[in-house]
Amino acid sequence: MLEDFLILEGIGAPPMANGEIVFEAPWQSRAFGMAQALCQSGHFTWDEFRVYLIDGIARWDTKASSEDSTSYPYFEIFLDSLAQLLSDRMILLNQEVDERSEAFAARPHGHDHTH
Amino acid sequence: MTDHDSPQKIRAEAIESLLIDKGLLSAADVDAVITTYTDRVGPMNGAQLVAKAWIDPKFKAQLLSDATSVVNAFGFEGGQVDKLVVKACSPQDHHVVVCTLCSCYPWAVLGLPPAWYKDPAYRSRIVQEPRLVLSEMGLSLPSETRIHVWDSSAEIRYLVLPERPAGSEGLSESELAALVSRDSMIGVARVMI
Repeated sequence: MLEDFLILEGIGAPPMANGEIVFEAPWQSRAFGMAQALCQSGHFTWDEFRVYLIDGIARWDTKASSEDSTSYPYFEIFLDSLAQLLSDRMILLNQEVDERSEAFAARPHGHDHTH
Repeated sequence: MTDHDSPQKIRAEAIESLLIDKGLLSAADVDAVITTYTDRVGPMNGAQLVAKAWIDPKFKAQLLSDATSVVNAFGFEGGQVDKLVVKACSPQDHHVVVCTLCSCYPWAVLGLPPAWYKDPAYRSRIVQEPRLVLSEMGLSLPSETRIHVWDSSAEIRYLVLPERPAGSEGLSESELAALVSRDSMIGVARVMI
């Protein structure tokens, strides 16, 4: 069980406040849950995922310093990193994700459903 | 929900539904990870402290006088607590924790906060009408019990040491820890046997 917590420390750790992980929206916890569940089922290791995450954070840092932005969209980077890893591994192609996202975006308002 | 239909929300949903379609994941798997963080691993740390305090008066005294040192000595994963204060419930005094400003919470001992903890209604009403809010949450306290509401902040976090339930005399420390719920350590529930 303790290995679940490795990701909470070091480079690429999620936003923390006094020892707490900070989720600002439900999709952020879903993204976090998906990445962990795929690690647990052996599709990739956390270290492999973290390479993508660190790369995404570094790219954002470079961009942000030139644009002087102050917010740090950790889970946006997290989600992009997950998508890219899945695409590179041919598990889930970016094109498939884009197509389904477009289909979901086109849903009528109030489509809420249960997972 | 503040993120209704944001591009990220839609994208996360699209990825999850595709992974489910491909049989790589189930929604229950994702739920299980989230639950691990919210209900099991984190609160178990707090529950261990509570159970130990119930059976070891010396430990209880240490916990009540300097919880920060005690907890940091345990070396719980997920970061140290800056300052933790433990408040012990008794028939005379009940303690409940809130963060009126945001959702400060002792993550290292309780895991992720429950959704209602962040709810503006809980955060304002527990201060104004704690007895009513607690009874709505299923905890009815006798009128002679004083209720103390503790407001967490970035600097100081609170953990409630609930009363040990009657009839638990013969239980071991680990059996006791299994009884201690997250909500009882926030102060919105009793420990039931």
